[in-house]
Amino acid sequence: MITAPQLEIAVLVLGMVILMFEAFATKIDKRVLAYAAIAGLALVFIATFFVAPTPPPNQATGFWNFYTADRLSIFFKQFALLTTMSVLIMMIDYAPVVRSSFPGSPDGLGEFFAVPVFTCAGLMYLVSAIDFVFIFVSLELVTISFYVLVSFTRRNPLTLEAGVKYLVLSALSTAFLVYGIAWIFGVTGQTNLQRITEALANPNTDHGAALFGMVLVLVALGFKIAAVPFQIWVPDVYQGAPTPITAYLSVGSKAAGFVVLLRVLQPFLMLPQIERLLVLIALLTLIYGNLAALPQGNLKRLLAYSSIAHAGYLLIGVVCLDGRAVVFYLAAYLLMTLLSFAVLVIVSQQTGDRISDFDGLGKRSPFLAFAMLIGMISLAGVPFTAGFLGKFFIFYAAISQRQIALVVVGVVTVGCVFYYYLKVVRAMYWESAAKIDKIPVSAAFIRSRFWMR
Amino acid sequence: MVLFVIFCPIVAAVLIMAGAPARKTALAASGLTLAATLFLLASFQPAQRDFQHVTSFTISPEWHLSFTTGLDGLSMAMVLLAAIVTPAALWFAGKIEKHENAFYACLLFISGGAIGAFASIDLFFFYAFHELALIPTFLLIGIWGSGNRVAAAWKITIYLAIGSFVLLLGLILLYQSLPIASRSFDIRALKGAAELGQISGDAQRHVYLLLLIGFGILISLFPFHTWAPEAYASAPAPAAMLHAGILKKFGLYGLLRLAIPLLPEGARHWTNLLVVLLLGNIIYVGLVTIAQKRLDWMLGYSSVMHMGYIFLGIASASILGATGAVVLMFAHGLSIALLFALAGELRKRTGTLVFDELSGLAKVMPFAGLAFGLGAFAAIGLPGFANFAGEIMIFFGAFKNGWEIGRFHIFQIATVLALWGVVISTVYMLRAYRKTFMGALNERWNGLVDLRPGLRVPVALLVGALLCYGFFPQSFVRMIAPAFRTYLSANK
Repeated sequence: MITAPQLEIAVLVLGMVILMFEAFATKIDKRVLAYAAIAGLALVFIATFFVAPTPPPNQATGFWNFYTADRLSIFFKQFALLTTMSVLIMMIDYAPVVRSSFPGSPDGLGEFFAVPVFTCAGLMYLVSAIDFVFIFVSLELVTISFYVLVSFTRRNPLTLEAGVKYLVLSALSTAFLVYGIAWIFGVTGQTNLQRITEALANPNTDHGAALFGMVLVLVALGFKIAAVPFQIWVPDVYQGAPTPITAYLSVGSKAAGFVVLLRVLQPFLMLPQIERLLVLIALLTLIYGNLAALPQGNLKRLLAYSSIAHAGYLLIGVVCLDGRAVVFYLAAYLLMTLLSFAVLVIVSQQTGDRISDFDGLGKRSPFLAFAMLIGMISLAGVPFTAGFLGKFFIFYAAISQRQIALVVVGVVTVGCVFYYYLKVVRAMYWESAAKIDKIPVSAAFIRSRFWMR
Repeated sequence: MVLFVIFCPIVAAVLIMAGAPARKTALAASGLTLAATLFLLASFQPAQRDFQHVTSFTISPEWHLSFTTGLDGLSMAMVLLAAIVTPAALWFAGKIEKHENAFYACLLFISGGAIGAFASIDLFFFYAFHELALIPTFLLIGIWGSGNRVAAAWKITIYLAIGSFVLLLGLILLYQSLPIASRSFDIRALKGAAELGQISGDAQRHVYLLLLIGFGILISLFPFHTWAPEAYASAPAPAAMLHAGILKKFGLYGLLRLAIPLLPEGARHWTNLLVVLLLGNIIYVGLVTIAQKRLDWMLGYSSVMHMGYIFLGIASASILGATGAVVLMFAHGLSIALLFALAGELRKRTGTLVFDELSGLAKVMPFAGLAFGLGAFAAIGLPGFANFAGEIMIFFGAFKNGWEIGRFHIFQIATVLALWGVVISTVYMLRAYRKTFMGALNERWNGLVDLRPGLRVPVALLVGALLCYGFFPQSFVRMIAPAFRTYLSANK
């Protein structure tokens, strides 16, 4: 049997091996490294199905004090591996852009393929973390590797701007996280979530101070999941970053944020203020994300704002504490977002990433357009797609908890959702612009999981 | 057999998208669907109250979710309507300039989605099948529409999306208002629970309001009706035929299927509101229809107006009224499809549908004039057409029955007012007929050609069905009425 920590160790070793090859085998085509990384991650993915169970958290000792391998974490480890593999495939398609951004110098493609492996290890640690210190450390592993990836094509001023913005704001949110952890530790004397729960149950504990610490932690997590009012960085960074990295950010980083949020909230549920605060954040996020997405003309920016909107829908699930709804929505979101980005990576190299660059795609390359159509209507939530089931479970949870305000705002904003996603459909099928010939479909990886069952 | 009727259009749509010859495949599929539906009709046993031809595939035992299809009298009538209108619409579609395959695939998706919704016994699929039509409608109006097609496409899509999500909330609330042990998406199980009184009065009122708003947006209940005339005026004729003829009936079907049997308490509570709104449909929209200056807009508004009568039948909550509502749904679907088809043919030939520019067309297009006259008379509700049978049943049912509200009988007032709607519809239909087909022929239109003989087949199909059930409505009523007998009393 395999124990859970071995998975992360395997991923880390894989990353280092790829880095070594990158350093010493200079003559090879660097894309071989990406294929190797995908193969290695696929092996780890298979291994996740044979993980031995861990002791329950209340009798855990030693290492298991801050690391758990419950079903939620195993699922999200698979989620992280799947995301990373898909992103690596997109990166292979994207390689010419990276190479052309370093004219003259030997290409930096090797690192481009190696760093996501480390991000993946960070994500996998993060979803297993049940101790604030461990959460912090693994979150930093994820964030620091994203610093590198976001600003990878650094000759491009937009990318550079994105990198700086991400670096500064991310560092700020990290500071909030550490400060919040310090307050919580100061009040309870614990960093383990289970022990914090026990400490907070004690009436002598200062709940006000613990709440203050928790709010600071929420600020940091709000940054990760792109909830209003911590969403300012999202549009610029999403637009400026290399497209596969944008996909990685919007799926991997967001999923990790939500898993940590679900875990961290557990001890603080007895404080009613937290729920009210989350309802408020969810409402703001829904309204802002959906309204701001309406006028966007650039598809990457549109997806950035819509990812804020999706964070709003996910927060409804978090407020209702329905872990299953959140998990399902995240899984559906993973599939449909990666599908959309996979099409975007191919199309944007031919024409560009504005919505008007998709004009007439239905005629130029029907297959890509159809894939994009499926991605878009799934993101919008049309039945018979995974996105609809995600929204169904979220609304189901909200109605059973009688969160009237969230339900009303959620349904009204659906009108916006349909408008901005169908804008892309409109461009592909209504408009006729024949600037360029057929886009070859060979590079597209076909994902068939988006039709439900 | 029911599965074949549902999936024949959908499979044909997929085949057409994959490259099969569009028109032939579409017509063959819709012909097969019609044949299969007629077979189902012939083997249908009207006396039996339960669903017939039931097939079921369990999907999630935990949620009591299964893909279950079957027909009772009510859904049989609706499936028959869809099976008749679809081949007529496809026949009228003719040769399409751009993306012919996508056009026919979209039409077939709408048809298959509607049939699926009518034949589903499971709420989840009832809902999901209807949504199958949303994106094709958007594309049909957006790509092949005329006039202000962009605005119309956005309007209909956003209205319908919000309406269907409100509806979804209502369905979720309905599901959750049952005790956990008897939660199910199966309509038969829901009926059983409702008979045991497991849905509390409070829950019924909330659910009914959500369903009324959700379905109301889909049906174009006043004041949520503004999307309909614009969309139907801009849509290509076959899309308008399918949408106004079949798809809009989904909401009414849903109210008859869910609200009356499951939520009698809620229906009673909101009757006053519904009566006021439906009078808005009949009187206000009726007057707006008279003011229209274009044929396509007038037809769009008239289809909104006629929804008011059907609502009156549903609100009356009597067997006579509800049965009349179904007859009128069927008849209206046929007559409005015929009128939209002819308006589309006129637009193809003349390029305009403004009344002031058209005149005396019956001289050059006698057959079209005759067909339009028949359609217009059917829409007015002249005896001999199925519309008359439906309207008279609704008026009788509403006047005599209905729940007593307070001291005065609101339904008698409503019926008296609604009868004026017949006068209003006579005014606008005859006006339109006179301005378009009668009078002196404008010289511009000397060269117009009449409908070719090939196009007379779908006209004959639609008119034939209208006359057939107009002269023999009893055969239809015998099929529908048992579906209501268990939960509506005949003599109250």
